[in-house]
Amino acid sequence: MKGAMKRVFQLIIIAIMVPLLSFGQEDDQVMKARGGKFALTNAKIYTVTNGIIENGTLLINNGIIEAVGANVKIPADAEVIDCKGKEIYPGMIDSGTKLGLSEIESIAEANDFSESGDLTPQMQALSAVNPNSVSIPVTRVSGVTTVWTAPAGGVLPGTAATINLFGYTPDQMFAGSKGIIMNFPSSGGGGRFRRRSPEEQAKAVERALKTVNDAWDKAELYAKIEGSGDVRDYPEIEALVPVVKGSMALFIEVNAAKDILTALEWIKKRGYKNVVLTGVAEGWRVADKIAEAKVPVVAGPVQAIPTRDSDAYDAAYANPAIMHKAGVKVAIRTGDTENVRNLPYHAGFAAAYGMGKEEALKAITINAAQILGVSDQIGSIEVGKKANVFVSTGDPFETATKITNVFIDGYLIPMTSQQIRLYDEFLNRTPGVKKNDPAIQIKKK
Amino acid sequence: MIKNATVLTVTKGTLTNTDVLVSGGKISRIGKGLNAPNGVQEIDATGKFLMPGIIDAHSHIALSAVNEGTSQVTSEVQMGDVIDPFDVSIYRALAGGVTSTHALHGSANVIGGESETLKLRYGSTNPEDLKFENAPRTIKFALGENPTRGGRSRGIQPSSRMGVEAMLRNSFTDAQAYRAKWNAYKADKNPRKIAPEYDLRMETLVDILEGRVLVHCHSYRADEIYMLMKVFADFGITKLTYQHANEAYKVAPELAEFGAMASVFADWWAYKLEVYYSTAYNATILTRNGVTTSINSDSGELIRHLFHEAAKTQKYGDLTDEEALSLITLNPAKQLGIENRVGSIEVGKDADLALFEGHPLSVYAIPVMTFVDGVKYFDRANDIKDQRIYVNPEQAVENVTIFNREDQHRCMDTEVVSFEALFSNNK
Repeated sequence: MKGAMKRVFQLIIIAIMVPLLSFGQEDDQVMKARGGKFALTNAKIYTVTNGIIENGTLLINNGIIEAVGANVKIPADAEVIDCKGKEIYPGMIDSGTKLGLSEIESIAEANDFSESGDLTPQMQALSAVNPNSVSIPVTRVSGVTTVWTAPAGGVLPGTAATINLFGYTPDQMFAGSKGIIMNFPSSGGGGRFRRRSPEEQAKAVERALKTVNDAWDKAELYAKIEGSGDVRDYPEIEALVPVVKGSMALFIEVNAAKDILTALEWIKKRGYKNVVLTGVAEGWRVADKIAEAKVPVVAGPVQAIPTRDSDAYDAAYANPAIMHKAGVKVAIRTGDTENVRNLPYHAGFAAAYGMGKEEALKAITINAAQILGVSDQIGSIEVGKKANVFVSTGDPFETATKITNVFIDGYLIPMTSQQIRLYDEFLNRTPGVKKNDPAIQIKKK
Repeated sequence: MIKNATVLTVTKGTLTNTDVLVSGGKISRIGKGLNAPNGVQEIDATGKFLMPGIIDAHSHIALSAVNEGTSQVTSEVQMGDVIDPFDVSIYRALAGGVTSTHALHGSANVIGGESETLKLRYGSTNPEDLKFENAPRTIKFALGENPTRGGRSRGIQPSSRMGVEAMLRNSFTDAQAYRAKWNAYKADKNPRKIAPEYDLRMETLVDILEGRVLVHCHSYRADEIYMLMKVFADFGITKLTYQHANEAYKVAPELAEFGAMASVFADWWAYKLEVYYSTAYNATILTRNGVTTSINSDSGELIRHLFHEAAKTQKYGDLTDEEALSLITLNPAKQLGIENRVGSIEVGKDADLALFEGHPLSVYAIPVMTFVDGVKYFDRANDIKDQRIYVNPEQAVENVTIFNREDQHRCMDTEVVSFEALFSNNK
């Protein structure tokens, strides 16, 4: 072989080997995600929207699902991952979290989901998402690939966003939709330690409703006069205008049955077309009314205590199923931050208590994507959608199941996290215990 | 008699198509094709799974108070005095297959009060009926952020983990002196001898020194866990279970060497700094290093699905079915010193049993019946929705309380809030 040819050949070898090497790394090396062309073969593929494909192939190219089916031709340059005996699902989507906005809950400096003031809808959750939050890898290795991350507190705490759980800037993570969060005035008391008298409650609700209505009246006015050239800068009202115009969704957090009915009335009166109810802990009491109003819901957490002492012990488990059966479109959320990884178990409990596995799976994939406004991109395994998928050894709702591969935006994600690294280090610690460590030998009295 | 169940004994494997005969509140026979004696009620459990009643080694349900935070040492108080038999959480725990809880004092102070082991005999209005008769005495200790926060806010000890150690050593040194005084008094032949002052706080500490009280210690970080073993080694105290113990995995070999046990969460973390470096593999690492480990709830919510919490150890570390089930049955029984009575399905043990539709380690498992002392306290088929024993007549409208996951995480912190609030009143 000539010198130049040999050099080229060597370069090709290196080009092929480097990514391979960088995946099969040693413990002390950093593992990186990598993109490219992948063929996942011999898998049972749960497309969610087009049934189950037995012994199918999923082709991922440049971040997109390029082909899926039983007879997919595998390109010569694709990296083949044999998934024999395994199952492939669309990445799970949690429709209600604070992931990326809170690192350590008890430390104020590590929390960025709540701004001062009651009316701050212009606050952007996406700006405060920490792409390097330790919770993010902990979550995605469990097959949750996308979450709705939302501000909290006050009446209109801010603008939430869908984020994919991989990326080095918030914009790389951004999954394509935003929405305004509103906490509907609650007549229910408010927390275990802040119980109010019925009179105080009524007054507080009236006050809060007035605040809400004033803001939306202004937003509607702003929408009318916008562009007239004489509008002063009013960011908190301006942020609400897309909801008035129907181009952005309004997510109303509301839980008590009475408040849900008031909220439905409010929505009808305002005429807003793109509205979602979230939380809806007592949705089962008024499921028919929600269905009638054709308002979708984000329900959860499912593993929750009933709202009233007199309720059946399984009220929260059964809530998504009751609403679904009444005809409501249901997505399921954990409402969590660091334990969003438990999303499949919230769905599993909903499945066990009346929803069934198929519908519960929809509630954390396609329904979630539709409600969050990203179903053109994610939420099912379809050609042309983003390659947010995971491979499992079986039913992902079961705890004994292992998630073996995760793809986000077509990137093969390293299956590691702080928690897994600690396991690897400490399962068989070196050094182990010093034999007869004098420090902890019981002294004779 | 429970007929034809798949019996998960925990100690003697899985028995298919097996009958379990209960009489006088005890398990009297286990076998295939047993004939029920005359007058014995039969329950057809074909296709169902029978496991020992679940035991929660860390709970605050059925209590009307949790913390006595007026001092950093309150070994004189007893949770047995504040049992609330009306708490509907008891029924909800039964509906999750739980038959016993360890009703713990809170974690506001270094040495808290004595705790109480309960059997969930819901329906009685007498607190005494809920007590697990002849269960060993236990007491709550606490290390780390909770007790030091109280000290720090007032500028007194303990404001650091150093101060916590000093407080423990001082307390047991005082107890030794107290014991010596009483021993000297008892040995004194002088008829006109004068008795030393009786001090209940010191009496309990002496009982700990002499091994009559099991210590359950709230702890998170590996260094504080190691510190307590050293302190106990110096004072000759051996009966020790760590509660929460999120970093116990880092000193698992030392725990095994000392003989200390651990009662941990399946996956809770990141709610405060001292649980940031947690791993959901904690229970597996501890088990594989030979530490007797349990999974607890510390929550009125989690307690309702501890079987599912235990199942998570199959995701995080591949524990076997038997190992996973031990985490919520036999192992917590050992930690509470009641393993000769409950924790497995064996002839002669108490008939504390939970019947499931589906394997209890499956996410689709549904508890259908729960028995304490052979008495059925929960039956899903006959579940009336409203299970309150007591309704407040002054409350016109029932409160709607929205479950908040953060409130649950903070069940450790609210204890501290009350502690601080108490002192702020004394300003």
